[in-house]
Amino acid sequence: MSLPAFAALLERLAFTPGRDGRIALLGRWFAEQPDPERGLGLAALTGALPFAPARPALLHELAAARLDPVLLALCRDYVGDLAETVALAWPRRAGGDAPPPALSAVAEGLARTPGAELPALVAGWLDALDAEGRLALLGLVAGGLRAGVSGRLARLALAAWSGRPVEAIEEVWHGVAPPYRPLFRWLEGGGERPDPGEAPVFRPLMLAHPLAEGDLAALRPEEWRAEWKWDGLRVQLCAGPGGRRIWRRDGEDISAAFPEIVAAMDFHATLDGELLALRDGGEAAPFADLQRRLNRRTAGPKLRRDCPVGVRLYDLLFDGAQDLRALPFDARRARLEAWIARVRPARMDLSPQIAFASVAQLAALRAGARDPAIEGLMLKRADSPYVAGRVKGLWWKWKRAPRAVDAVLMYAGRGGAGAPGGFGDCTFGLWRPDGRGGEELVPVGKAHPGGTDEERLWLERWIRAHTVARFGPVREVEKALVLEVAFDAVQRSARHKAGVVLRAPRILRVRRDKPAEEADRLEALLALAGDGAAPAGTAAD
Amino acid sequence: MPHPETWLRVTPAGLWCEPGDFFVDPTRAVARAVITHAHADHARPGHEAVLATAETLALMRARLGEGRAGRRQQPLRPGEVVVQNGVRLWLRPAGHVLGSAQVCLEWRGSRVVVSGDYKRAPDPTCAPFEAERCDVFVTEATFGLPVFRHPEPEREIARLLASVALFPERTHLVGCYALGKCQRLIALLRRAGWQAPIWLHETLLAACRTYEALGVPLGDLRPVTAARRAALRGAIVLAPPGAAAERWAERLSDPVIALASGWMRVRHHARARGVELPLVVSDHADWDELNATIDETGAPEVWIMHGRDDALAHALGRRGIRGRALHRVGRGAGEADAAPGPAEDAAA
Ligand SMILES: [Zn+2]
Ligand SMILES: [Zn+2]
Repeated sequence: MSLPAFAALLERLAFTPGRDGRIALLGRWFAEQPDPERGLGLAALTGALPFAPARPALLHELAAARLDPVLLALCRDYVGDLAETVALAWPRRAGGDAPPPALSAVAEGLARTPGAELPALVAGWLDALDAEGRLALLGLVAGGLRAGVSGRLARLALAAWSGRPVEAIEEVWHGVAPPYRPLFRWLEGGGERPDPGEAPVFRPLMLAHPLAEGDLAALRPEEWRAEWKWDGLRVQLCAGPGGRRIWRRDGEDISAAFPEIVAAMDFHATLDGELLALRDGGEAAPFADLQRRLNRRTAGPKLRRDCPVGVRLYDLLFDGAQDLRALPFDARRARLEAWIARVRPARMDLSPQIAFASVAQLAALRAGARDPAIEGLMLKRADSPYVAGRVKGLWWKWKRAPRAVDAVLMYAGRGGAGAPGGFGDCTFGLWRPDGRGGEELVPVGKAHPGGTDEERLWLERWIRAHTVARFGPVREVEKALVLEVAFDAVQRSARHKAGVVLRAPRILRVRRDKPAEEADRLEALLALAGDGAAPAGTAAD
Repeated sequence: MPHPETWLRVTPAGLWCEPGDFFVDPTRAVARAVITHAHADHARPGHEAVLATAETLALMRARLGEGRAGRRQQPLRPGEVVVQNGVRLWLRPAGHVLGSAQVCLEWRGSRVVVSGDYKRAPDPTCAPFEAERCDVFVTEATFGLPVFRHPEPEREIARLLASVALFPERTHLVGCYALGKCQRLIALLRRAGWQAPIWLHETLLAACRTYEALGVPLGDLRPVTAARRAALRGAIVLAPPGAAAERWAERLSDPVIALASGWMRVRHHARARGVELPLVVSDHADWDELNATIDETGAPEVWIMHGRDDALAHALGRRGIRGRALHRVGRGAGEADAAPGPAEDAAA
């Protein structure tokens, strides 16, 4: 019965927007399903099942063989999506009450069956399933479940369900494969933690806390080390006899997008660094330049030539098989410097340390930084071990003074980080000409409301009282409230109607004093962006 | 034997039986109306004389008020025959909502059955559909496309209860039509073992009280406006579709928005309604039920109303049955019922 159960999960996920809800649904799946079904379901959701998607023509053939063409056309016209149409309109066959297939049987069948035999196999399964099951099956066959479950969400769900810290799961995740039996056994307390052996595994990154003014006073220069905070993509490089991987901060594997880096990883180590786009002469460029590469799954020779990249190294986690993470920062830094001198990896360099004698000097350095590839300063305690996550008091990030705009609140959605039950997701926009002689608002970003509890409550009430429409959990509000929004940079984005989007926006405060018409205009944002925005030629494609 | 087209006419006021001089489900106030069931698009106010089942008459009085539900009300038991100017008339249960009936008419040996709305799936709140053989079957076709095949309602109720178990802190707000769907959901929930209070939007209370008075027990029902916030955690609340956007819904605890309707079968409808838990529960016949029912009546000709006629007429044609859109029958360019859209829930 597992394919129907999986289909029910898929159906629920398709309509559950909130992260907590999705985690709860996945948790129930892990708790209720037997092996190997639960692991295969997990792999199917995250796109990790190993078989090639069927030819798109297969669906047309199946439909044509079993459905009246006139009815099919009417149905398709009504439903839109062909797979959904076929799933819903598939006719019951007399005597077709075979038991529905197990997910494992489907996964195995799709992996092993030659293309010519696939239509009969799939038709047989369709006969044994209900509409929900047929839709799930056709999604599996086409290789596109579109369930919106990232690897990160899956690991958070495993953590929530098992009670283990997500970092511990991150460390083994890349060393296990579907159906993940040893992983589940360990998470249920029935076995050792899986040993990834030589396989490259992701080590959760150490993150920095934003520095507040108060923290600065307590900072003793001799106990701290400073580096620039580079405006690229934080990555972890892991290479050894078992393979080479580049991971994003959330544990997603982005190796395929940066083949030249992978080629340069001719070593046995795990490193922490910043992936940076390079301009002529090898100078680091700001994040916006990297955007072109990040939008692609793979990188051909032309893109690699037009948009070269490198990695600036921050830390050494493993030297060979030796885990250095418990060592103090100073010791790891010495090992990193020695390692670079010895290995001399191509396309990589060392993030330089910045000498300073006083907090005032540090502040002056931060204020004086002009390089657009610098986001601010990183402060690391000299004796800090490398620990997963954001542990307070070990690493600080001290970003450059933020830029800010006055934007108009457009939509408010429930949920989101830091606002359980409240409107955690506020979308705001700026004015621009609407092409008909008037002005219109275009969204430029979203963030959760900051400020005191009192201010948030005020905003909640305002949103409720000024809702003009609802789209599920999202409300459209009257365009009447101005928010002061700070951000790190402006990024070009073809996916956003404004053509740009704010990077790391934060709502600083509600400007009750300001009428909405006086909020900033999109041009102001583009001007403010200055060198921070990508030149037009490198717009995301 | 006269063809039914010659004595049952489509007029702007609805289906009119000429020799009997009465209308079936007229769209405006008339002297003599036969009403299939109490939904607003079938039972309009202000008729002079109304003939229907006792339950339909009671529901009409509750919905329209004593004075507006027909000056003279004539209850008719299913199967009991009355003769009006030589036209024999009797009712058969339609299985749609409490009191719903098909109107069977016979004149000079020619027989027509007007189905009103109907369904074939069992419903604990009303009598099951009974097929009657006829020369013309006037069918609804709300879900007249092969994509609409309703699952077992028990399964949808199980999905709702599984969701309540998974999210015990959240209120489950189920949108449903006030007459019929609401009471059927309650009865199904009770059968599935949900004995806790069910909270109702105030617009659903009257129909529930009438059902109970007519002998359909529904258990502990309470007005949602009387609920303390804490009581709504993990509770099931029924409300008309769309009521989640109203101000009263603020009291609900992080609600899971559900909607019980046959339209929920198609994803774009569910998405457009902002539903988190679509429940495919319908009081209308689905594609298979429409086709099977028409075959059971043995009618060589079918007039299609209340939905889309193209797909059904095509499918009937392939079996040698003449399917015609009701608005094309006869001379009068009659107004068939407007095709219901999901925005109206189409449960009527
Ligand atoms: Zn109706
Ligand atoms: Zn109805």
